[in-house]
Amino acid sequence: MQHDKTYTDQEFKLVGSRPLRPDGIDKVTGRARYGADMNAPGQLVGLVLRSPHAHAEIKKIDTSKAEKLAGVKAVITSADLPDLTNGDAGMFDTLENCMARDRALYDGHAVAAVAAVDDVTARAALKLIKVQYKKLKHVTDVDEAMKPSAPIVQPRIKDRETGEPTNVCGMTPFGHGDVEQGFAEADVVVERSYKTEQTHQGYIEPHACLATVGPDGQGELWVTTQGHFTFRNVCATLLGMDMAKLKVTSSEIGGGFGGKTHVWVEPVALALSRKANRPVKMVMTREEVFRATGPTCSTSMDIKIGATKDGKITAAEATVRYQDGAFPGIWGMLGGLTSFACYDLPNVKSVGIDVLVNRPKVAAYRAPSAPMAAFGVESTLDILAAEIGMNPVEFRLLNAAQEGTQSSYGPTYGPIGIKPTLEAVQKHPHMRAKLGKNQGRGMACGFWFNIGGQTCSDINIGTDGTVNLTVGTVDVGGARASLSLICAEELGIPYENVKCNVGDTGSLGHNDTTEGSRGTFSSGMATVFAAREAIEELKNRAAIMWDISADEVEWADGRAIAQGKKNSNLGELTLAEIARKSPNTGGPIAGHNEINADGAGVSFASHICDVEVDPETGSTRVIRYTVIQDAGKAIHPDYVEGQFQGGAAQGIGWALNEEYIYGEDGRLENPGFLDYRIPVCSDLPFIDTQILEIPNPTHPYGVRGVGETSIVPPLAAIGNAVSNAVGVRMNHVPMSPPRIRKAIKDAQAEEKAVSAG
Amino acid sequence: MEVQLSGTLRDAANGAGSIEVEARTIRELMQRVAERFPEMADSLQDEVAVSINGQVFRDAWNQEIPQDAEVFLMPRIPGG
Repeated sequence: MQHDKTYTDQEFKLVGSRPLRPDGIDKVTGRARYGADMNAPGQLVGLVLRSPHAHAEIKKIDTSKAEKLAGVKAVITSADLPDLTNGDAGMFDTLENCMARDRALYDGHAVAAVAAVDDVTARAALKLIKVQYKKLKHVTDVDEAMKPSAPIVQPRIKDRETGEPTNVCGMTPFGHGDVEQGFAEADVVVERSYKTEQTHQGYIEPHACLATVGPDGQGELWVTTQGHFTFRNVCATLLGMDMAKLKVTSSEIGGGFGGKTHVWVEPVALALSRKANRPVKMVMTREEVFRATGPTCSTSMDIKIGATKDGKITAAEATVRYQDGAFPGIWGMLGGLTSFACYDLPNVKSVGIDVLVNRPKVAAYRAPSAPMAAFGVESTLDILAAEIGMNPVEFRLLNAAQEGTQSSYGPTYGPIGIKPTLEAVQKHPHMRAKLGKNQGRGMACGFWFNIGGQTCSDINIGTDGTVNLTVGTVDVGGARASLSLICAEELGIPYENVKCNVGDTGSLGHNDTTEGSRGTFSSGMATVFAAREAIEELKNRAAIMWDISADEVEWADGRAIAQGKKNSNLGELTLAEIARKSPNTGGPIAGHNEINADGAGVSFASHICDVEVDPETGSTRVIRYTVIQDAGKAIHPDYVEGQFQGGAAQGIGWALNEEYIYGEDGRLENPGFLDYRIPVCSDLPFIDTQILEIPNPTHPYGVRGVGETSIVPPLAAIGNAVSNAVGVRMNHVPMSPPRIRKAIKDAQAEEKAVSAG
Repeated sequence: MEVQLSGTLRDAANGAGSIEVEARTIRELMQRVAERFPEMADSLQDEVAVSINGQVFRDAWNQEIPQDAEVFLMPRIPGG
């Protein structure tokens, strides 16, 4: 059945309210089952041996002693994971990342794995595996990796013009107009360079899974993931299994933020289980999570923007260089795509460059690639505003994109929310609050695309009138509450009468991963349509109960109402009354929907931030923070606000503290939360939020995604605030105490030199 | 209709920013473009999305394209 996705501005009774989340009690009482909480009779412990070298040829792996150790049930190397990828380069990269083949490409790259009866035995077995390495030159810095003399990470990647091996695996231009002409028309042109360091999503729950594969080729995987259908498809492909014979169940998830959209140890666990013919449980340590999962990129970029004296931007140009780790990605391209998306620019050019280095394979991190580009662009905009003597908010408003603007990445925008968020900034009391000594205020804007994708939802109505809603998108931030609200709204029943479950891969058709802020957008759309199908069936059943035609039945407020004078004595039938008779009127009542949930609405946010910087130590505290973002429609405002606050908190950590630190030997020096410090509650102020609702015209409820955009502005907002507090422009993230101290000292030295003549 | 090309797709189209294609649906669009520019065929399979009047479609072959629509071929966007 075709359904209309168009926004209809319907009146809501439940959507927009704030009921308790159905998974809340389980989570606060410890009853919720996460990745490491599942066990099976006879399970083995799986552990991975990892490369201690940043780049090395693997000459030989001798597993014979480990295999002979009592209690060891399986040892695998890449030989146990043959290439079944059929020429799919991306899939082969995934395979090679899960288990190194002829070369270890980064510190922590898996080279072998064991399954044993207990942890002690498995650890002993790892020590018995002898790997003969030949160390190779390595490179971990994005700019160093682009130099002609740099060690080559992937010799198969060739320069398109010269045919020579290169670490530059992508160079993608976007834009329109004539930037040279635009710069010529500018009264002021500002050009700056910036760097950002590599960060990890920092989810509290490490990767964990329980894998079972039998000799009959059937398997099960319990796993913490953002996308169990994607994991099913990838694991089945890598292991040569039938997709239908591998059932993947997603556990509760203790954070993902993009890092759990990719497989890491899961194919290894399945391969170990297949070899041992026993269930294998694998739980990564925090050190492994840092060294060998998918952090975001480190970057370096050049930004150039020109404007007239009256504040109109005439041209903007960005060259952004992102390292993808040891495998090709599209992260630099995404940086180029998002750089100038907030603005209406007549002449714009951005080039996203992807670069290989000897670091872990980069994964998505919440609005992947956008925060770094925004740091460069929004910092440069503040400098430019100051140079032309214009208030930075007014400057942005004057140049903000709106409906009808051709975006910097191509298509023309429909209704969007960047201007309303900036107008809300102007009116916000935060902007009028007084600042104290050593304090500074900054603001910045951010953009993210959002996506839809393949989605499938089921509604099953019990004979007591309660409803099971089964969705296939993993609930990463309160989606079960939001989707229950949508289901209850459509059916006209109380929220408490709906129980939302995340179905396993055997229960539903394929659902794309919960990424791109798509969970509530796409499963919400499928739930609306599934409920509408269920209502059609409820009307049919009411008609049977009344012995009238189905087209004489209307549905309103959870009730079937017989239409027409001749039926006026029939009254109404509630959903529960119809459901009670369902065994006699045709069997179970259900509604299903399977769609390509296209039409995701782009999302914009503006953030305001106050900081206090100790000029002696360089230590920075965020003292006030406000997030203003367009949600399209906030289905459950608590969880929308939670997404706004979570993104801001992660951005604050990224801006001020978080950083992968590699030594000269190419090894990660801080793979733990003691040395890689994410912000805790005591580091943060209360993060104020303001939800704007500019409906997405291609969702029946007007929903846009809300999960990612909130991490885009913080780096720049804090950068602008710190720069205003200390009087020195910060151009390197994180703005850790040593960097701030150095920036202040350098500026003082420069000032001294100038005044000395 | 005029189909705008984004990013590296322009390289595959000999540097052209846009191309003229006759197509009523996304499937026809993809087929016509792949016929004219075989170098794009692999990218069109799973790396490209179609923006029609600003609305992005990732998978739907049967989506109709109005004749006067603004059409962009652009990269498929992942998320976090």
